Amino acid sequence: MRAWPRFTPRQIVLRLAGRLGAATILLWALVGMGIRWEFVGDSPAQVRDLFGRMFPPDWAFAGEIVGPLIQTINIATLGTTLAILLSIPVAFLAARNTTYNRATYALGRLVMSVSRSVDSLIWALIFIIVVGPGSLAGALAVAVRSVGFVSKLFAEGIEEIDRGQVEAITATGAGRFKVLLYGIVPQIRPVFAGVTIYRWDINIRESTVLGIVGAGGIGFVLNTAILGLEWSRVGLILLVILGVVVVSEAISAYLRRRVA
Amino acid sequence: MLEVVGLVKTYPTGDHALRGVSLTVKATEVVFVIGPSGAGKSTVIRCINRLVEPDAGSVRLDGVEITRLTGAEIRQARRQMAMIFQEFNLIERLTVMENVLSGRLGYVSLWQAWRRRFPPEDVERAFETLARVGLAGFENKRADELSGGQRQRVGIARALVQRPKILLVDEPTSSLDPKTSEAVMALITRLAAEERIPALINIHDVALARQFAQRILGLNQGVFVFAGTPADLTREALDLIYRGAGEELTSALGA
Amino acid sequence: MARRSSLAVEWRPPSAFPARWIAPALWAGLAAFVLWNALSLQVDPARVSRGLGRAWIVFGRAFPPDFERWELLVEGVVESLQMATLSTALGVLIGIPIAVMAARNFAPLPVYAAGRGIISLGRTFHEIIVAILFVKAVGFGPFAGMLTLTWGSIGFFGKLLAEQIENIDRGQVEAIRATGAGRGAVLLFAVLPQVLPRIIGLTIYQWDVHLRQSTIIGIVGAGGIGTTLYNSFARYDYDFSLAILLVIVAIVLLGEVVSAVARKRIQ
Repeated sequence: MRAWPRFTPRQIVLRLAGRLGAATILLWALVGMGIRWEFVGDSPAQVRDLFGRMFPPDWAFAGEIVGPLIQTINIATLGTTLAILLSIPVAFLAARNTTYNRATYALGRLVMSVSRSVDSLIWALIFIIVVGPGSLAGALAVAVRSVGFVSKLFAEGIEEIDRGQVEAITATGAGRFKVLLYGIVPQIRPVFAGVTIYRWDINIRESTVLGIVGAGGIGFVLNTAILGLEWSRVGLILLVILGVVVVSEAISAYLRRRVA
Repeated sequence: MLEVVGLVKTYPTGDHALRGVSLTVKATEVVFVIGPSGAGKSTVIRCINRLVEPDAGSVRLDGVEITRLTGAEIRQARRQMAMIFQEFNLIERLTVMENVLSGRLGYVSLWQAWRRRFPPEDVERAFETLARVGLAGFENKRADELSGGQRQRVGIARALVQRPKILLVDEPTSSLDPKTSEAVMALITRLAAEERIPALINIHDVALARQFAQRILGLNQGVFVFAGTPADLTREALDLIYRGAGEELTSALGA
Repeated sequence: MARRSSLAVEWRPPSAFPARWIAPALWAGLAAFVLWNALSLQVDPARVSRGLGRAWIVFGRAFPPDFERWELLVEGVVESLQMATLSTALGVLIGIPIAVMAARNFAPLPVYAAGRGIISLGRTFHEIIVAILFVKAVGFGPFAGMLTLTWGSIGFFGKLLAEQIENIDRGQVEAIRATGAGRGAVLLFAVLPQVLPRIIGLTIYQWDVHLRQSTIIGIVGAGGIGTTLYNSFARYDYDFSLAILLVIVAIVLLGEVVSAVARKRIQ
């Protein structure tokens, strides 16, 4: 009877080698974790203990986190607004059809990459050195971090502009500004609006932790509670963060459906 | 023998797809079902192998009541009824051989399926069947490299390696050009005859039905309005079957 | 005729919202909101100008970047790589069954709800918060960081893969079901071949994301290059900080390039 080998001998050897290689890498990574098994064995008890302390949450503390919570939303919103303003020029530089020359294009791309590869928490550390701890450092960190993401998506939106529509408006005898208004803005507006809303939603989530390094918002209260081992407060703050993130995600999803 | 009695299906959307459909397919008979799109042709076939759950009625294959089966029993019954699809429904990213062998999936363990370790006699049967559908040597090609006609031949091979008691064929030629359609239809009917198994075939193209059918059923809005031989299929009968379907009769006649 | 002309005068572009007044109200509300935001920051110009002066000194101290303690740097990078690799493997391993659970076309409603629940749990909290909790549970070090990344990965990977499973070609699934194959065989033959390219692409992307995240969770003691960075900030070793930052930017960009090339080759 005829057999149907799924792989050729060469493929079998290659696959085996691939698996051995992957196993070696994973083993190396596992060794690098320096796992202390006595801690791991103890961890279920630790987690249970932690949750036992967190719940029920300390509702009496709720009044004191309203302010920081608002601050968090402020950081996210201001950061996003600032990011949009900064992103528009970057996006036009980094879009192939609107940039001036290769140098400006490269500059746009560089700004994008650097902004995206450094996390907002690290940006926050840097801005704290510059403007001191507080919401301003947080908002600046959020803004700088968002520029890469926002301008990348903006640039893609600009690159996808249909030249035909611009031509059609130009053909009606409209001036430069009117062409921009009728031929270009309608094409990029949905992208810009969608990206803005989406980033705002991401930034809310990011802003909840900026306070851990001192950049304002609810993260600061969270860090204080953790350092003070006030776990029932931590429980409350985590619940509040959960609520804010879920609500902002819902708002963002609703608005994005509307502008799409 | 397949016996269907009083099949009723209403979709959650409120579509009354079937309003009491009865039919019989005897030992080695090839029965064609014609009718406008939306008449319920696909639903009939899918209610027989329970890809769609009928609301009422009875389906019996060699005396076994299919509609009352549950879980593993349904899967056992499905092994007996091989299906051929309009859009071929091959696993695009797998090889021709894997697609053909997938007809044996009901018979192997999950581990065997994962390792592609099908019993040697299944593999041999798959090779033979590929040769019979005219695709000898194609076993290591990927399904998405094939033409439409070749894909449907793989679909036929997949059905045959199941060693079914009946072929359920849903619009096998709708995605093919006229010449390929005829070749595919000839292949299906020839193989059914060679294997001595019956076939229930939905078809849009009336000319093909006339050419290959022993018996033709006409479905309109979920009920059979015609039953007879190709010779009985007069202009009046066609008007009855395609009543209320606008221009579709013209296209079904291949005009 | 008069009616027609009045209609023509009244034409306005349709609104994206259920009622016409919502859009301008939203804009006004948004403007007021941002304004109030800006005011509530209470930016103190004196403090900012002092800060800028200080920034100048800081940047002066940061240049040139100090690569002298490169052993520490390499150690941190290696740890980040190990965390990212291991957590990607684990995340994918756990994420696949979760994704099947969270695909509406394969899971019965209670299982689907459970799957979606796990996914949103994994996605809601910022990785820093998760890291804090894991550090409490298993102690300081890269292991806690690896668990953090795995946790986030399950939600992210699970969500995207579940969406992919929901969008597969139903016909291929139907064909395999029609052969009498069981649930497992259907997943193996009809679903897996269709989603495999996506799984591989997502795995590479995950690794890239984890590498990036591993640069920050060290801030709360969860290992990796982030720990090294945070320590240098705490000790005001800004020239070393800059060196670390440059390395982070470099490995993140490198990871992005590797991941982009690999994903392109798969398609």
